Amino acid sequence: MIQDWLLTPFTANAFLLNALLAGVLVSIACGIIGTFVVLRGLAFIGDALAHGVLPGVAVAMLLGLPGMVGAAVGALAMIFGIGFITRRSNLSSDTAIGLLFVGMLALGVAIVSRSQAFSGDLVRILFGEILGIRASELAIQLAATLVIAILARICYRPFLLLCFSPEQAEVSGFPPRRYHAVMLGLIALTVVVSFRTVGTLLVFGMLLAPAASAALFSRKVTTMILSASGIGTFSVYAGLLASYHFNIAAGAAITLAASAIFFILLSARQLFPRDAARGAAR
Amino acid sequence: MSAVSASGLCVGYQGETVVADIGFTLEPGRVLALVGSNGSGKTTLLKTVAGLLPPVSGALEVLGARPLARPGKVAYMGQFHPSSFMLPLRARDVVRMARFAAHGLFGRLTAKDERAVREAMAVMGVLDLAEAPLNALSGGQRQRVFLAQAFAREAELILLDEPAANLDAGARDTYRRQLRQLTAAGRSVIVATHDIDEAAACDATMLLAHRVVAYGPSAEVLTQSALLSTFGMVGKYQEGGIVIVEREHGHDDCGGSH
Repeated sequence: MIQDWLLTPFTANAFLLNALLAGVLVSIACGIIGTFVVLRGLAFIGDALAHGVLPGVAVAMLLGLPGMVGAAVGALAMIFGIGFITRRSNLSSDTAIGLLFVGMLALGVAIVSRSQAFSGDLVRILFGEILGIRASELAIQLAATLVIAILARICYRPFLLLCFSPEQAEVSGFPPRRYHAVMLGLIALTVVVSFRTVGTLLVFGMLLAPAASAALFSRKVTTMILSASGIGTFSVYAGLLASYHFNIAAGAAITLAASAIFFILLSARQLFPRDAARGAAR
Repeated sequence: MSAVSASGLCVGYQGETVVADIGFTLEPGRVLALVGSNGSGKTTLLKTVAGLLPPVSGALEVLGARPLARPGKVAYMGQFHPSSFMLPLRARDVVRMARFAAHGLFGRLTAKDERAVREAMAVMGVLDLAEAPLNALSGGQRQRVFLAQAFAREAELILLDEPAANLDAGARDTYRRQLRQLTAAGRSVIVATHDIDEAAACDATMLLAHRVVAYGPSAEVLTQSALLSTFGMVGKYQEGGIVIVEREHGHDDCGGSH
């Protein structure tokens, strides 16, 4: 009976199993990259990247190209935009990046509004279409997740040093600018391959929530990455199950589960401060 | 080969000079103290030697090459690590980072590296804290971990910014003993400090107040008049506290910040 409730939805529906697999891949990519986003305080840049993808996807759709190509172009444009702003602007970069990202969001909506099926397309881009994932898309996601995992493994030392102190990275022979750029590229790649699954609006939640949850109890960065991936995976499973049984939007249910886990863990830490002091990450 | 040699060196931020016309040579096995108040330019000079800031002008050689040319041979400990407090790192992980410079992206850390890490932690008395999360340590313990990180590099040149800040008397003695051991082994050290006692124990001292006030053997440099131009006042310890014995008249140009 319980098994019917917990497992059968996935064994009986191929689309739900595909969704679960896609979600697991997104969780792994987001667990790895989200950890560094959280530790380096890049949440806002991650958010901006996620939104910057929208006009790219919109243009790709108008031209009949794959959305992922448009997303990649949008993310690249956003990286250059953020880089330019951080170097040139006298404004606080928060302000400038904030403006850039609402600008891109507005541009995306403006472009989509020219197409015929405006609202449907917009909802699909913003909230993803995890229940419509095809096998070919799974293959692309698998490849991207592998690339992310391998590059993060290669750059683990400079990434760790960047989290600790960019000065230590520099004096250790790892130029901070170069590895910051690699990190932004990996955030962009994560966003690009995840947007089909959870959408440009919600991918940010998957990037941040599991890693933030893991930060609450992890003592090592590797533990944090593994825990974040695990928490993300569980959120995907729980979200899909909730979506199936209670008929709610899948992408939203997944992100909701991930956020709920964070707040539950945070409350638990407040309630049991002694345990937290032993394993705290903040 | 000198560990560091500078001539006509101007240091500063983004092309703006903080201290001009610096000239000094640091030989292997020697300790140089950079002494000055906050904003006097000692951190700027230290960062320039570390390669974190480009020289505004002038010549600077570190271990016979440009700064940053040999990252495995130079250790640097900055004044604070603002982002490091929320990191899920154990004390040991922090010290192990010192060994990355020698191995780049791919080289494996060996038993020799682990030994260097253990020894540096033992010297600074933090071996028993090895498994403790960084954020659970007190300010003084953290400072000892950061010093252990600098020593674990086994570098030929060690650059330390306010290393004795936050250290209690015992830890300060340990740190000074370690400096003597390192210099006896031929390592060179530059220490930025505003502690005159610490400078007096170094081979040479450079007094900075947006300019080089004096530079030479510590015993000759640390005179009352030179300290007066550096800090704007000179105090001495009398029963019950510090007494200002002399104050520079109308002085106002060495407490600036940038």
